[in-house]
Amino acid sequence: MAETAEAVEAAEVAEVADTAYGGARTYGRTREGLRAYRLITAMWIRSAVAYRASFVMTTLGNFTATALDFVAILLMFSQVDTLGGYRLPEVAFLYGLSSSAFGLADLALGSMQRLGRRVRDGTLDTLLVRPAPVLAQVAADRFALRRLGRISQGLGVLGYAIAALDIDWTPLKVAMVPLMLLSGGAIFGSVFVAGAAFQFAAQDASEVQNSFTFGGQTLLQYPPSIFAKELVRGVTFVLPLAFVNWLPALYVLGRPYPLDLPVWVAFAPPLVAVGCCALSGLAWRVGLRSYRSTGS
Amino acid sequence: MDRGVKGAGEGAAADGAFIELDGVEKVFDVLRRTGFLRRERRQVRAVDSLSFTVARGEMVGYIGPNGAGKSTTIKMLTGILTPSGGRLRVAGIDPSRERTRLAQRIGVVFGQRTTLWWDLPLIDSYRLMHRMYRIPDARYRENLDRCVELLELGALLDVPVRQLSLGQRMRGDIAAALLHDPEVLYLDEPTIGLDVVSKAKVREFLRDLNAERGTTVLLTTHDLQDIEQLCSRVMVIDHGRLMYDGALAGLHEVGDSERTLVVDLERELPPIEAPPARVVRVEGPRQWLAFPASGSAAPLVARIAAEYPLVDLSVREPDIEAVIAKMLRSLGDTGDRKDAAPRPPSERAVS
Repeated sequence: MAETAEAVEAAEVAEVADTAYGGARTYGRTREGLRAYRLITAMWIRSAVAYRASFVMTTLGNFTATALDFVAILLMFSQVDTLGGYRLPEVAFLYGLSSSAFGLADLALGSMQRLGRRVRDGTLDTLLVRPAPVLAQVAADRFALRRLGRISQGLGVLGYAIAALDIDWTPLKVAMVPLMLLSGGAIFGSVFVAGAAFQFAAQDASEVQNSFTFGGQTLLQYPPSIFAKELVRGVTFVLPLAFVNWLPALYVLGRPYPLDLPVWVAFAPPLVAVGCCALSGLAWRVGLRSYRSTGS
Repeated sequence: MDRGVKGAGEGAAADGAFIELDGVEKVFDVLRRTGFLRRERRQVRAVDSLSFTVARGEMVGYIGPNGAGKSTTIKMLTGILTPSGGRLRVAGIDPSRERTRLAQRIGVVFGQRTTLWWDLPLIDSYRLMHRMYRIPDARYRENLDRCVELLELGALLDVPVRQLSLGQRMRGDIAAALLHDPEVLYLDEPTIGLDVVSKAKVREFLRDLNAERGTTVLLTTHDLQDIEQLCSRVMVIDHGRLMYDGALAGLHEVGDSERTLVVDLERELPPIEAPPARVVRVEGPRQWLAFPASGSAAPLVARIAAEYPLVDLSVREPDIEAVIAKMLRSLGDTGDRKDAAPRPPSERAVS
């Protein structure tokens, strides 16, 4: 066990050194990856269009199924006026941000949780013999536009919240909304990538991943004040999901965060997102390396 | 550090050896549950100090029993797996370190897994290859036209892949692997499950490809006819070790394999006497004669036709498993090649 940990550590050190001195190469690979991603997603969209009726129905289904989460919140507010001290438009603000950010990540990378299946049945090998980064190929695998359903209902709720909220909108606060969506999408996206990397080791781990992605998304739809302090600490310091919407959104709403943190953390999401992406990228490379040295 | 090595490798590739393996091995760690919480780690040696070279333009059959290490070798040659030890170069490139660069120069067909897009017309998969491999337009046109003509894909280009028969899909897969002019083509069971006509088409195409383009071909198969009709050279692997490397005829000799002549006579007669053939079975007027596979059937047939009232006859080829099994057994019996003798899979419990 110690041996393995050491090997992983050594590999990571090597990776870091490699990345540092091949900055140009990393840039080239990123471009290659995006290109491959675009080519492959185009193929999946064409495949989906081949079944037009089914495409329309699954998109509507996706919209309805995800909107039910908000219906649950509406039902709650038909009985109470505040939830953990928050009124409906405020909760809708949190909900819309969380749902849209997660929707972005789900649209771009949601298929990565199928990686375990590809490892099991050996079809991952067919991706490894192509001249394109595997991460891009796996991310684009089974790309599904029906996931736009989740984003559109999230954005709908967010629109309602912004219209209904009584906030003194400064330019800074306005700019924070798209910034939250992008950083939040990146943070959720890196959870998808890290989860997929873990599936190289445990092929049936997609449920564990779901509890972080779908579970985390649902958690963030509610105000932090209704959760136990330990849980809030966990999603702030361990798995930094709080940076998706809680910390920045509470600043916009002018509400105090349940933990004692300086004000500037509200502007940290882009940095946290970059850090998460770097870590998950590293996890992916370690995972892929272990696959290539042990086989399926 | 390894950038220097790469340069040296490319130099070596220029003088003949296109694929080079030197003492390559692959050891898998297998965890096995032995109790509620106890686990045993075993090392399984899938490929054991494998060394061979393949020259540019060769067509090689790579055969062996299931689990012998064939596909592990192919996976190392394509860069899917990283060897545990030894040195491996394809076109001067270390496959596991520069997998994507190598991908531009190799073609791979997995017999059982298609790389075509299931719901889209065949031509769409080719267009993706065109862009993904950045094939120059003129080159792509030319290669596609050639494949379409020789593999008879013309009528299939606009058909969704899911509607193709197995043989059609295999031909489609082979074309997809060749559009970027790979220097080497790896085929894993290219004729498995195909009917006689499809098999013949695929073989003819591969023969032409090798002759005209000089594409190096390495194929694994269970079909001895694939080897007979295509490969001048055969490598047999068992328990991760190279057991035989040479011409197919030589394989028959080493294994003393036999072909069978089935003879229908006019009436029931005592067993035919025509050494070196010997009768192995008699059933009414039909007799089965075994004769060495290395010899020709013609003199034997002529002799029987002259001396016996012959109605009909047919020749049966030995199947590949029988040939290999005999070869492995004979190598084990002679004992003079002790290092190459078959032995149980080298498993070793380490904890």
